[in-house]
Amino acid sequence: MKIETRNEHFQSSSIIGKILAKLHIDTLLFVGLGLVCALSFLILYSASNQDMALLSRQVIRIGFAFCLMTALAYINPDQFKRYSVGLYILGVLLLIAVLIMGDVGKGAQRWLNLGFFKFQPSEMIKITTPMMISWYLSKHGFPLKLKQLVIAGILICMPTLLIAKQPDLGTSLLVASSGAAVLFFAGLSWRFMLITGIVLTSLTPVLWHFMHDYQRGRVLTFLNPEADPMGSGYHIIQSKIAIGSGGIYGKGWLGSTQSKLDYLPESSTDFIFAVFAEEFGLIGSFVLLILYLLIIVRCLYIALEAQDTYSRLLAGSLTFTFFVYIFVNIGMVIGILPVVGVPLPLVSYGGTSMVTLLASFGILMSIHTHRKFLPH
Amino acid sequence: MYSTAQNNSRIPENLTSFVLRRKLLVIFIVFCMFLLILRAIDLQVLDTKFLQSQGSKRHISIVPVAAYRGKIIDRQGEIMAMSSPVESIWFNPQVFDRSQKDSIQSMIKLLNLPKAKVKWLKNSKSKHKFLYLKRRISPALAKKVMQLGLSGVHSEREFKRFYPAGAMAAHIIGFTDGDERGQAGIELLYEQSLKGQAGSKRVIRDGKRRIIEDVENIKAPIAGQDIVLSIDRRIQYLAYRELQRTFLKQRAKSAAMVVLDAKTGEILASVTQPGFNPNTRVNLKEALYRNRAITDVFEPGSTVKPFVVAAALDGGYIADNIVIKTRGRFRIGKNLVRDGHNYGNLNLTNVLKKSSNIAVSKIALAMPEDYFWNIYRQLGFGESANVGFPGEATGVLLDLMRWDNFSRATLSFGYGLSTSALQLARAYTVLADDGVLHSVSLLKRDSADPKSKRVFKIETARKVRKMLEQVITRGGTATRAKVNGYRVAGKTGTVKKADAGGYSKKKYFSVFAGIAPASDPKFVIVVMIDEPSRDKYYGGLVAAPVFSKVMTGILRMYGIEPDQTNKTMLKSVKK
Repeated sequence: MKIETRNEHFQSSSIIGKILAKLHIDTLLFVGLGLVCALSFLILYSASNQDMALLSRQVIRIGFAFCLMTALAYINPDQFKRYSVGLYILGVLLLIAVLIMGDVGKGAQRWLNLGFFKFQPSEMIKITTPMMISWYLSKHGFPLKLKQLVIAGILICMPTLLIAKQPDLGTSLLVASSGAAVLFFAGLSWRFMLITGIVLTSLTPVLWHFMHDYQRGRVLTFLNPEADPMGSGYHIIQSKIAIGSGGIYGKGWLGSTQSKLDYLPESSTDFIFAVFAEEFGLIGSFVLLILYLLIIVRCLYIALEAQDTYSRLLAGSLTFTFFVYIFVNIGMVIGILPVVGVPLPLVSYGGTSMVTLLASFGILMSIHTHRKFLPH
Repeated sequence: MYSTAQNNSRIPENLTSFVLRRKLLVIFIVFCMFLLILRAIDLQVLDTKFLQSQGSKRHISIVPVAAYRGKIIDRQGEIMAMSSPVESIWFNPQVFDRSQKDSIQSMIKLLNLPKAKVKWLKNSKSKHKFLYLKRRISPALAKKVMQLGLSGVHSEREFKRFYPAGAMAAHIIGFTDGDERGQAGIELLYEQSLKGQAGSKRVIRDGKRRIIEDVENIKAPIAGQDIVLSIDRRIQYLAYRELQRTFLKQRAKSAAMVVLDAKTGEILASVTQPGFNPNTRVNLKEALYRNRAITDVFEPGSTVKPFVVAAALDGGYIADNIVIKTRGRFRIGKNLVRDGHNYGNLNLTNVLKKSSNIAVSKIALAMPEDYFWNIYRQLGFGESANVGFPGEATGVLLDLMRWDNFSRATLSFGYGLSTSALQLARAYTVLADDGVLHSVSLLKRDSADPKSKRVFKIETARKVRKMLEQVITRGGTATRAKVNGYRVAGKTGTVKKADAGGYSKKKYFSVFAGIAPASDPKFVIVVMIDEPSRDKYYGGLVAAPVFSKVMTGILRMYGIEPDQTNKTMLKSVKK
């Protein structure tokens, strides 16, 4: 017997609404994402020195990512649940494959060359890890006992460490936090969180010992960027100068000098927020953050409204990952966090993270639009 | 329906926990966003002035605009040194694109890069951000390299000093360092005039420190002045060619030559061997670029004898027709003066023709010592030639108080004093310009020599010149100095080199000083060969032929009318 969904029950009166509903697209989320992407085009055009070719490449990528989002939104979340384990195992295997035979780019081994295109398994695992943990905890996890906790911990650590080995600190951080978010939403005890926090803090020297030299350098640079202003501290100092010289109102679109004149490295990728802040000022930064916050709030609402544990945990986790993206990136650009290679979600130039992000929004939409109509 | 109902029964307890946690998370997220905003306010409101000025500091800067360095040109307007724009190719290993193998290969070929630099190109782990691949190449070649479009490869405009005259005038012109500052020769001497004044401009630089836009000119550069030398490039070349030939043939230690304009004191040529190429300057040592004609001294030997004769005649201490007895040896106190042979009785002409040490010693002893000393002094011995050249020699002339009879004798045949080739040539202007000593100059003179002074009477100078013509004729010491069609006056010198504890028996300076045309002298040439080591060492055999060749060339070049009478011409034809 087919169960009517809420979408089918509450039909929209407008044609667009009907079409979006048919496509299982959440209108509010869709508008929010669209606005951020529009801002992204605007700022990318400026940051790339008005490189139309670069911009059109990005438009194509975003178009593809939106298609993928729509496709995922159309799929029933039960299907995600069913394939969670398989996708997770596949992801971990691919990560191992990358370490054995991956392509090296910019000093790290992240890519798997599939002949016709290059593929970054660490991107896929960003989604499949929370799927796996959500699946496991929704099946065995209530109430959360030590055994489940240990198993979940192992499930999180495997991909995290594999990615950290590449090395790709940013992505492993995102994967770990997505898994941790699932545990948090599943009701991890406050006492346990406190203890973990203390243990991790006390382990910092050990962690320091295992860090790569460049990672140590980044931490030192973060603590005192002025120590080497032309070398490792250069990124962060230049980005602070760019943001600061924007002032309250900004220098206007296409008006940034620091990024235009090649002072700001990675100005169209990881450090694009600095260009944004230089051109649109404090007001622009504020607007962008509010826009992000609205998207997050909408996503958390979706999580709240979800009708089963799996969906709720997954939705919560994906939302939290999105937030971590934003916070780590802007925090780094603005100089309150060390430099970690995380792009500004939906805005930075680049295809892979864009696809993963919009895929996770597709899953969120799927969760929301496939809710069943349950008359109380 | 069934499964949903089951789920529903479990949701509420989880949900309450979830709702609480979601709220906490929202609070946490808002708090984090607030942190970001606070930091943004910190940067964009509180610190904005400071950060803006930091930004401007980074991209606006004031840079010097190099002034175009003046040219050095010869008296005919030929360029001897000039600056021309060149390009230097550098690359940034951090952003260098190593994937374009073909283009990189063509660049290596175009620039003809050595292996070490090819290694730089391949080393992807280099920490450098700026490495020169090739400095100072032609703009055309640089353009070709830049057209390969390799990312991370840049070109930079510089000036390079070119010396079209190459090695032949290198010792006069000198050279500049990599930043176009004079290091030797005229380049150093006239640095202030040549360099001009650098201007300055305000520019915008990009993050790679490249200047991408000129904002405004603050001060326009003032180009350096051109220096017009007294050197005649054609004579310089002739002198260079002949001196080098003899220098190499004789396997000499060094050699120097000076050509003066007899009427103005201008230096028409000054050559030194060994030499160097100022355009390449590989393995350049001080010994190679020292201008020996101006900075190195030697004892002039017999070349000063004409001055002794002139001084004695001028002061009336000897008569024109005096005959001096020589017997091959002449004792002065404990010391002995010798001649090569016993020349017997000599008139003044033959004293110079045979170059008798004993005869000039006797003439010198006939003069009061202060008079003799004063004449040498007036001729400029022991006094710098004053062209201002870096390291210019003054030579040595002993104080009068330390003279005794024997030293008067040795001074009369050119030992006990030292002079540079240039100083000796200056002294010979007295004989060339009828008793007037000229000051010498490396710069072209527009008016007559301002510092000329009379040392001898006109007739005295003419008489001695006449005697010196005999030196070139048969029986004289310098028959090989003759110039067909012209009368030549000159004097040889074969000088034993001072050695530890005395004079060497094997090492000589071979010297010749000459004037032509003798009837109305136009040019003075001094040739000095240091340690000719191919058995011959007499000035008349080693240095005189160089004089002959160069003087012949100059006289023809300047279209000087031959002054040899038909009779003597016929004589020489018969020979």
